[in-house]
Amino acid sequence: MVAAKQVLGPDDVRRAVTRMAHEIIERNRGVDGVVLVGIQHGGVWLAASLAEEIARIDTPVPVGSLDASLYRDDIGLRPVAPGAVSDLSFDVDGVTAVLVDDVLFTGRTVRAALDALADYGRPRAVQLAVLVDRGHRELPIRPDFVGKNLPTSTGEDVSATAEGVVIS
Amino acid sequence: MSARSLLTIDDLGSSGIMRVLDLADHMAEVNRRPNPKVPALRGKTVCNVFFEDSTRTRLSFETAAKRLSADTMTFAASQSSINKGESLRDTIETIAAMGVDAFVVRHKSSGAPQLIAGWTQASVINAGDGWHAHPTQALLDAYTVRTALSRTGGFDGLRMAIVGDVKHSRVARSTVQAFRMLGAHVTVVAPRTLLPPDVGDRFADAVTDRLDDLIGDVDVLYLLRMQHERMHEALVPSLREYTTRFGLTPRRAAMLGPQTLVMHPGPMNRGVEIAVDPAELPGAVITQQVTNGIAVRMAVLFDLLGSGGPIAPTTDAATDVTTEGPTE
Repeated sequence: MVAAKQVLGPDDVRRAVTRMAHEIIERNRGVDGVVLVGIQHGGVWLAASLAEEIARIDTPVPVGSLDASLYRDDIGLRPVAPGAVSDLSFDVDGVTAVLVDDVLFTGRTVRAALDALADYGRPRAVQLAVLVDRGHRELPIRPDFVGKNLPTSTGEDVSATAEGVVIS
Repeated sequence: MSARSLLTIDDLGSSGIMRVLDLADHMAEVNRRPNPKVPALRGKTVCNVFFEDSTRTRLSFETAAKRLSADTMTFAASQSSINKGESLRDTIETIAAMGVDAFVVRHKSSGAPQLIAGWTQASVINAGDGWHAHPTQALLDAYTVRTALSRTGGFDGLRMAIVGDVKHSRVARSTVQAFRMLGAHVTVVAPRTLLPPDVGDRFADAVTDRLDDLIGDVDVLYLLRMQHERMHEALVPSLREYTTRFGLTPRRAAMLGPQTLVMHPGPMNRGVEIAVDPAELPGAVITQQVTNGIAVRMAVLFDLLGSGGPIAPTTDAATDVTTEGPTE
């Protein structure tokens, strides 16, 4: 077991979130029709932080959360620990949905989340925002907004919270 | 070695009950969607094996399996080779040979699901065996109370009265057990002839034959079905007398607290154990029990077939964990 290594501190995370909020607004030419969807568990706090920043810079956007455990491709292969119940209290049809997660790794969670989202409706477009992209993709999925690209080995654990990003 | 099964509430324990009820919240969310279906159990096959009549339990399990995208088969004993003398074991082994991941079993003999679990690699879910157990009914009852009273933390201090034919009731056995495991105080209300021999501390917290004494003080009033066949056994003098002493009459309905939930496992004998229109009782959650049954059975099926073992506590950055071990 290697010692934990802090890669980003709380200030770095705050700056990264602010930059990503600007990028989301810029890419979509404002936030008309944009919704944020945090993926359970880790994406929920980040979606809330991004929403806070977007509201400060521009106008408030709807925020929801999505639990994709029932859509995973490894059901039955490992224990499943669903997060809180999905909460999408807005119409998904025709919106630009920004899926939000803390760490992007193999891409399998995002794949599951895309399927889950499709069961709620047909967004006009789906974009992906992650605080950390640690590489090692196993599916053709790429993020649209990244806080930090972080080279890792597959055996390492990456945790990303408002307090910072830690590799262990 | 057989897969994990759900034969009695003991197989879950209080932490397992909480796990299933938490999962049921997710399933209830699925059921509220316009398209209530998820791909969670694609490729799994669930076989309903019913040796005894059932409407709600069989349909509830079938719906639950389908909403999780499992394939379903239904075996009704009345239309089967059982009538040609095929034994229970041969029947189960024949169905198992077709490739089944779970058997949902209803049988008139106590212990039949346990026997079946010993003969097959598949998971076995007890959907009611004799007077013995009906664990998914207990779970849906617990889920109904938990959601209706926002009791997500457990039932500490909850007062429940369960009224009627406790002796012959697998529902009573499982539901009382589950509610007590979650911390509820359960009183059994029944004539002496309809009490099980093991009633007492082991079965319930208190026993009485005077419903009027406690009806105003309970949070949950659970009415059991009065089984007509018990009349022939002369265990109660008459249905009318049963209703007078143990039925929910208009007089007793007026004694209920404003928040008291009224529950019944169905099918109801209107005019016997329930002599008021449940639609007019503000606390009646009998329809919710049926609705919740689907979510709870989805949770049970997913817990047994989809979770890959007991659920581990959430760790940081559990997102995207692959099956590879550490490479350091």
